[in-house]
Amino acid sequence: MEEYFSPGHTACAGCGMPIVVRHALNVLGKDIIVVNATSCLEIVSSAYPKNAWGVPYVHSLFENSAAIAAGVVASLRARGNDHTKVVVISGDGSTYDIGFGVLSGMLERNDDVLYICYDNEAYMNTGNQRSGSTPFGAATTTSPAGKVRHGKMQWKKPIAEIVAAHKIPYVATASIGYMADFENKVRKANDMKGARFILVLSPCVTGWNYDSAKTIELAKLAVDTGLWMLYEIEDGNFKLSHRPQQLKPVADYLKMQGRFKHLNEDEIKFIQEHVNKTWAEMK
Amino acid sequence: MVRKTVESSIAIAEAVKNCEPDVVACYPITPSTHIAETLAKFYADGELKSYITTESEFASISCICGASAAGGRAFSTTSSQGLALMHEVVYAAAGMRLPIAMVVGNRALSAPLNIWCDHQDSVAERDSGWIQLYCESAQEGVDTAIQAFKIAESTMLPAMTCIDGFYLTHTVEPIDVPTMEEVRRFLPKYEAKVKLDPENPLSIGEYALPDTYQSFREDVHKDNLAAKGKIVEVDKEFEQMFGRGHGGLAQGYGHEDADYIFIGMGSVIGNAKEAVDELRARGKKVGVVKIRSFRPFPEEEVRKLLEGKKHVAVFEKSYSLGSFAPVYADVINSLYPLRKRPVVSSFIGGLGGKDVPVKSIHEIFKMIRKREPLKVWF
Repeated sequence: MEEYFSPGHTACAGCGMPIVVRHALNVLGKDIIVVNATSCLEIVSSAYPKNAWGVPYVHSLFENSAAIAAGVVASLRARGNDHTKVVVISGDGSTYDIGFGVLSGMLERNDDVLYICYDNEAYMNTGNQRSGSTPFGAATTTSPAGKVRHGKMQWKKPIAEIVAAHKIPYVATASIGYMADFENKVRKANDMKGARFILVLSPCVTGWNYDSAKTIELAKLAVDTGLWMLYEIEDGNFKLSHRPQQLKPVADYLKMQGRFKHLNEDEIKFIQEHVNKTWAEMK
Repeated sequence: MVRKTVESSIAIAEAVKNCEPDVVACYPITPSTHIAETLAKFYADGELKSYITTESEFASISCICGASAAGGRAFSTTSSQGLALMHEVVYAAAGMRLPIAMVVGNRALSAPLNIWCDHQDSVAERDSGWIQLYCESAQEGVDTAIQAFKIAESTMLPAMTCIDGFYLTHTVEPIDVPTMEEVRRFLPKYEAKVKLDPENPLSIGEYALPDTYQSFREDVHKDNLAAKGKIVEVDKEFEQMFGRGHGGLAQGYGHEDADYIFIGMGSVIGNAKEAVDELRARGKKVGVVKIRSFRPFPEEEVRKLLEGKKHVAVFEKSYSLGSFAPVYADVINSLYPLRKRPVVSSFIGGLGGKDVPVKSIHEIFKMIRKREPLKVWF
């Protein structure tokens, strides 16, 4: 099989993001144009004159990839190309926060764009600062574990639900711990028209502070503990992709990572209760 | 060509439509809204290939950057806060060498909020690498909007047509609008030299390390300066085809034997010409120089037009707060190589729509009869 994201990029050992990109591109094939927000992905794949991309690639700014993509697809269609797919690959900083308004505009117009957000739960490109995606309790450099405040004191922004509220044809969550599920979702989304959104959990070795051999294990554990839910919302219909038989304790996941090491038993219990409540509502 | 008595924004929108852009993306803002609305109506009537209604000006310019990167001809329009909101993308568009075209309906910047004309919005983007052409009349606005595509696409630099808000966006007067067939003869079909294409995959917008970044920026600067020739050439071609040119980079009026010159840009030039006509009829040696291309700045042309004059009044509707007026600073720099330099005075006026009637120009000519250079907020 031809590869469209080549080795030689400079991502950290164990980084989840190149796994996301490589597998997504393998599914999407070569008749695509990739639009990338400023991010770790941009930095590790496109330092002039080096390049890791085997498909057309455009990067403009941090917060405008959804609008760039809207323009790319409008231009293709206006010039009679009705086959090339336009795919945004952006991180959580640009998706949840700084590019949120532009993303909402693209979703509202239902532009024919597949938007994949690789979610590593903080601004990792600038060295691990808190984003709207950072989970409750996680320490980052701007939500540090201090004497009074123990990491981020807010829950993660429910971005997939907010995206789904735009009533676009397809929204899905995924994790690189469940690769077949992620690839199936990319395949399904690629065959659809209009705005499509896939949120995929992508562990960050340096920001999350864990053993770089454990990336897939951790991405899987996020699902198995119930902290990360795999689902699809197709034409407004919610469908769980995977219901863990028995949720593993969240502590198993939290204790593998340095970003949660300051949490005390009460705080871990608080997170566990939150997860239990979320899943109880899913019954 | 069709001459109609029409609001200038509507004429500009029609001219843009006749350039057959692949993508138009707009967000409404006074005083450029009527251009956006008219283009939206063309789209609704099936006369435009696409029209993206964005949620902000930031998205509008981002959309047309994407459209241009994919090989399309792309257009937007905005004013004031809209252009300020676009700022980050304005720089990126030039650096990415995307030949997009934009009409700016010039308007003051907040605060205080003000919807009327001055040049602070586009002058604030002067260092971005864009070509900036300032128009004297509604007709020039229409013609320059067409020329801008040709200049941009042949230099791989974005081009901004600057028209004074309300004075040149909302006036109703007889305007010639070239038809689509005529525009086709002037403006060739756009074939991008570099574009996103799965058949020939390449990357646009890579990042550059310290060893290469500066050379990319220097290229934009050199190519912006080199665009001077193209601006003159395109205006000449336009004149040959349509019977009217607009002065290339910079143009004098009554300046040849004049001792006193009023130099500026935009619609104020019309009033200045009227004042000069009146004064010359009374035997006064006065003239006007219109700067049409602010970027690239026509240093040599300005120097040639002003050499040997006694006193030059640089009038402008913008300022670099805490420093000098931008056009004044460029004029001073242009004159510096001369051994014998004219006295140069700086006049700031017309900010936020403050009226600059013909009698104000008379007053300026009176004030520069002395030898001392002045700096006046007029």
